[in-house]
Amino acid sequence: MLDAGAPTTGTIHQETDFVRFENVSLRYGSGENATLALTPTNLNISKGDFLALVGPSGCGKSTILKLVSELLKPSSGYIFFGGRELGATPVRVGMAFQSSTLLPWLTIRDNVMLPLKIVPPFRKDYRALRHTAYRERVDSLLAQVGLDGFAEKYPWQLSGGMMQRANLCRALVHEPDLLLLDEPFGALDQFTREELWSTLQDLWIERKTTVILVTHDLREAAFLANRICVMSPRPGSILEDRAIKFQRPRTVDLTFENEFVAIVQHLRNMIVHNSPGAASRKAT
Amino acid sequence: MSKDMRRKLASASLIFGVFVFWELACLLGGISDLVLPRPTQIIATLVQSAPGIWPHAYQTLYVTLLGFMIGVFIGLSLGVLIGSSRLAYDTAYPLLVGISSIPKVAVVPIFVLWFGAGTVPAVLTAMIICIFPIVVNVATGIATVEPELEDVMRSMKASKLDILWNVGLPRSMPYFFASLKVAVTLSFVGSVVAETVASNRGVGNMMMIASSTFNVPLVFAGLFVLAFMGVSLYVIFLQIERRVAGWAMRKHDVV
Repeated sequence: MLDAGAPTTGTIHQETDFVRFENVSLRYGSGENATLALTPTNLNISKGDFLALVGPSGCGKSTILKLVSELLKPSSGYIFFGGRELGATPVRVGMAFQSSTLLPWLTIRDNVMLPLKIVPPFRKDYRALRHTAYRERVDSLLAQVGLDGFAEKYPWQLSGGMMQRANLCRALVHEPDLLLLDEPFGALDQFTREELWSTLQDLWIERKTTVILVTHDLREAAFLANRICVMSPRPGSILEDRAIKFQRPRTVDLTFENEFVAIVQHLRNMIVHNSPGAASRKAT
Repeated sequence: MSKDMRRKLASASLIFGVFVFWELACLLGGISDLVLPRPTQIIATLVQSAPGIWPHAYQTLYVTLLGFMIGVFIGLSLGVLIGSSRLAYDTAYPLLVGISSIPKVAVVPIFVLWFGAGTVPAVLTAMIICIFPIVVNVATGIATVEPELEDVMRSMKASKLDILWNVGLPRSMPYFFASLKVAVTLSFVGSVVAETVASNRGVGNMMMIASSTFNVPLVFAGLFVLAFMGVSLYVIFLQIERRVAGWAMRKHDVV
């Protein structure tokens, strides 16, 4: 399989299978204490797709993100990126978590500029361009998410929603191949969250970055994603993989339409019926 | 602003009040100046003997700062080393706690034994006494970087050095400067004790000689000099801390 996927067919794979999981599993710990976090899983994500992973807590959603970003190595199976095995080619990744993880001693501008300081190829020109081209790049991105005029502020001078906007900018400034979002809006109130959905959607429509979004919020998943994968409780596996075909740009009004509500309800039932609680009740 | 002014005024009047109380208590209680000289006497002695005190004060300041700087260098390096590796942190921490619980002034005789009386033991005592608070604070600052933040950095393929330079070190700066304020006053303790035990120069030595000749006002004058130098250095490091690590004290500014 490895050999077959090499140079000749590589370009063809790039369009269809941008990211490909082949029987990927993950086990934490070793020996008797080992817990299986992810059962052997197959998953294809095409370039420019917006995938949401939903499921109960501890179902291995975040594990998938950590596998794709090479923070964890799969216990078995292979992950391919653009037709080549992960690790063989450098994959540029942008990541954002629920806690904003902005550095309190840097201004918003410097925070957003951080990836340009670290990620190649931007890294080598950082000293030369940080006051000119990079600065403009950061400022225009900030303006795009409605943070113009806040570049000189410090993170703690911003509201939670604004911090997450800046956090999104930091995850996107180096034009990553993959944007990985781990419950990015989890700590925000409903209204702010809905505003940020639109912001993220606009960014995605413009850039068509491939996104993997992990979320507990089923409305969020249905609103933002092209595709939703529902995961089972630990050990995680994908129960359902469904396309969400609403027209873009989507508006918050959509979330009150019957079709949308039906999808959310379906997702919810699926997760509730497969919850650890339901499983243990069956077991005992 | 006015609240701040009121607070400063209150502090200043409390300090002034203590001295007035001291002066009056000595006068009214008829306390001999062989036991407790009055503040005015002490200040008069300070002014009169200034030319004699100055070389000692200079010596003590020099010894303290030299020891302190070496201590900061060693402490910062060790702290970074221990803080950046989980293994080193877990391995070295018990040893550090053990060493730091030894009263450092107890090693003065050993230094005297090795290096003879004079400047060297005082510098070394000032150094060793200030290393441990710095090591512990810097190591803690670096070792407690939030796991999510580390994930973000590692997902950018940042090297260990990148993470240390961009996250670990800046993050440990408030801890570092908080420890510097403590360390610099501790350094004074170290150098003065060493001077008292084994030196023929420095404020510690001057006070020792003054007390053996019952020149009590001069003993207290030495104390005043030490207090002044200690407070001045504390304030200097407080100002540096505000500039370098002001972001960590934002709550202080908001209230």
